[in-house]
Amino acid sequence: MNALETNALSKSFGGLKAVSDLDLSLGQGEILGLIGPNGAGKTTVFNCLSRFLPMDSGQTIFYGRDITDLKPHVVSQLGLARTFQIVRPFLTISVLENIMVGALVKEKSVKKAKAQSMSILELVGLEDVKDRPASELPLPRRKRLEMARALATKPKVLLLDEVMAGLNPTEVDELIVLLKKINRQGISIFLIEHVMRGVMALSNRVIVINYGVKIAEGPPDEVVKNKQVVEAYLGKEFLSAQG
Amino acid sequence: MKRLYVFLALLLTILLILPLFLDKYVLGIFVMIFFFAYIGQSWNILTGYTGHISLGHALYLGIGAYTSTYLAQTYGLSPWIGMFIGGGLAVIISMFLGFLGFRFGLRGVYFVILTIAFAEITRLLVSHIEALGSFSGIFLDFSPSFKNFQFRGNKAYYYISLCFMVLAVIVTRLIETSRIGRFMVAIREDEEAAESLGVNAFKYSMIALGISAFMTSLGGTFYANFIYYLHPNIMFGMNFSIELILRPIVGGMGTVLGPVLGSFILTPLSEISRVYFSKGGLEGLHLVLYGILTVLIVLFMRRGVLVYVQKLLNPILKLEDESK
Amino acid sequence: MDQMTLGLQLAVQGVLLGGIYGLIAVGLSFIFGVMGIINFAHGQMIVLGMYISYWILVLLGIDPYLNFIAGACILFAMGYLLQSSTVNRILDFPEAMQVVPLVAVGLVLENLILMLWGPDHRSPETAFNLSTIWIDKIMIDGSKLIAFVLAIVLTLGVFLFLKKSNIGKSIRAAADNRTGAVLVGINVNRINNFAFGLGAATTGAAGALLLPLMPVSPHMGHDFTLTAFVVVILGGMGNLWGALLGGLILGLAESLSILVLPPTMKQVVSFILLIIIMLFRPQGLLKGHK
Repeated sequence: MNALETNALSKSFGGLKAVSDLDLSLGQGEILGLIGPNGAGKTTVFNCLSRFLPMDSGQTIFYGRDITDLKPHVVSQLGLARTFQIVRPFLTISVLENIMVGALVKEKSVKKAKAQSMSILELVGLEDVKDRPASELPLPRRKRLEMARALATKPKVLLLDEVMAGLNPTEVDELIVLLKKINRQGISIFLIEHVMRGVMALSNRVIVINYGVKIAEGPPDEVVKNKQVVEAYLGKEFLSAQG
Repeated sequence: MKRLYVFLALLLTILLILPLFLDKYVLGIFVMIFFFAYIGQSWNILTGYTGHISLGHALYLGIGAYTSTYLAQTYGLSPWIGMFIGGGLAVIISMFLGFLGFRFGLRGVYFVILTIAFAEITRLLVSHIEALGSFSGIFLDFSPSFKNFQFRGNKAYYYISLCFMVLAVIVTRLIETSRIGRFMVAIREDEEAAESLGVNAFKYSMIALGISAFMTSLGGTFYANFIYYLHPNIMFGMNFSIELILRPIVGGMGTVLGPVLGSFILTPLSEISRVYFSKGGLEGLHLVLYGILTVLIVLFMRRGVLVYVQKLLNPILKLEDESK
Repeated sequence: MDQMTLGLQLAVQGVLLGGIYGLIAVGLSFIFGVMGIINFAHGQMIVLGMYISYWILVLLGIDPYLNFIAGACILFAMGYLLQSSTVNRILDFPEAMQVVPLVAVGLVLENLILMLWGPDHRSPETAFNLSTIWIDKIMIDGSKLIAFVLAIVLTLGVFLFLKKSNIGKSIRAAADNRTGAVLVGINVNRINNFAFGLGAATTGAAGALLLPLMPVSPHMGHDFTLTAFVVVILGGMGNLWGALLGGLILGLAESLSILVLPPTMKQVVSFILLIIIMLFRPQGLLKGHK
């Protein structure tokens, strides 16, 4: 049974078809990468999977269960967590309290939720700012907070939307280590990424979409050599210049 | 935190002893301070903590006041019981309002207008119901007894309203540190992000609204039996709704002690300006002062006065620690 | 009078009233369209406009249909000052904190009026010897007709001003894209001041036009604000034609409701209409902006 799969996912905005007839599956324990040029429809896919946007057609199945018509918070409670491309921390409350909100979804006791949140804090490396308001955090640490919060909900699948954007190479490497650690704990990860180093280092498989259509799928090193993929990113002229 | 509790216990003790030294008139001012702190706190639970702005909270005051009064006058039912029936009714109506507002995704100003519309419609409807006094209002008979929730002098009202205020503070603190309270704050900060974590925003918004409506309506019953006169334009009016929110805003929304502090600042101000200035025909001056003060606070002390008071008292009370 | 005539009479009154409602709402809609701010003090400004017109009439003998210009100018200045001192600062505040200051300003205005001129209703003693016009069996009140015509003219005036004048274009630019406007050298703060002033000016004018129709007292503000809300939401926030259309619809709905409800319940109709629109078509009948 796949952790997450979708069949024939389609979504249009007005006259624009953002995603066409997309099939994808995420195996249990797998790390799946989703790449494609800007505007390819990647975040739209996430928004549909996590039920923030209704799909025009298609089905989403989570651990064998059809979640196509469920509300976003229900889907999250079932174990499908996501982060946002533009991070959305709860600004006026502390870092620890931010994470506790996630923990409290499944843990009714505030005391236990606090303890759980503390260990997640340590996992992502934010213990030193645990009582600072989230508004004081710089962007890279806000990204960690966003992940920590999602992790606190004890998800089975984590959808990460460009978590490496805006990070310097050292920060990217640290994040790769962290994500591998999270994956080893049994959480399947589906990540949208532009930072190729991250995609290559983490993904078991990669899916490439362009203009809402899947154009390639396979292990990372194969996919990046795929002619269509190169053309999508760099354009026809580049390809012909290459000969 | 311990020092804070000691400090508060000290203040409370002072408040408990004060009636021995104060005359009826001053006691009456305190009653109003406690009353407005109480209903301000009730509003705070919805708007300060959950972030849904209500400018029609007088609706619940009116429901409480009219329900208990009607039941008392028609069936001789003690307002102590009528109070809770009014509370129940307030919850039901608030659930209706909340359903319309939250299910249909009315956000921000649209929700504000919805709350105003509900209060206004109720005001107009009640103005047409004979049994509720129609356009002349209802005068309550003065027959003091505990059962009737009516008392001679202001001492009893003082202690009852003090009780209300303290209970509201405790309830707010309990909510703040509970699971429900944290979800409420998350909804205020970013409802979609909260939903993405699994928080059922609709459910917790409704809970906050229901608690707020219930508490506010209890205050309405108290008010009716203190003022002895009800009129729909007063009890459901925008003026009351506005007065209700000024104290928590000045004191600090989304905090436990903000509404209390705000009431201790604004209510005496109101009384003093009413006494000293209305003789010269300057009726309404206290509201002008309120208004100006509120604007200044929103512009320059957005989070309310409480934050500054905390900073001031920090050296003595050591407030800045790992609270919660 | 038979039902048909009564109905027609009410419809006519409704339309006339509607035009005035439109003018009442235009300022509110306009300010929202440009700055995204709901002027909760709108009604109190209208009341101030009424008092200004009253005093000019009583002291100088100039008709409201002429002195509305004075009210418009005074309120323009007031609006300009209010924007520059206060509203400009709250433009980036979260919504809750935008509502509160303007509500407070309304509170201040209302009670200043109360302090200055007392709580009693005032009606100008000079009668407006405007003849009532008869069309067949339908009576049209002269005051209402003039108010209606002037309201439409003024609304059109605002609309043309926005379209044709330089300042109008700057206002529309700033409303459309603040950053872009700044980049092309528009002083957005100054434009906002002007815009709020313009919105306030319409309340000054509206107040003068309303004076012949009803006695004025300090606490009428809220009713005007709420009526303006209903109209603006009906027609679409930020859409000036929507304000006119919304006004007409509301005027008609309220007038015709007299056929089935006591007149004092008119407002219940408008509020229920308001709720229905908010639930099912929040963008209004003529899609609003922002």
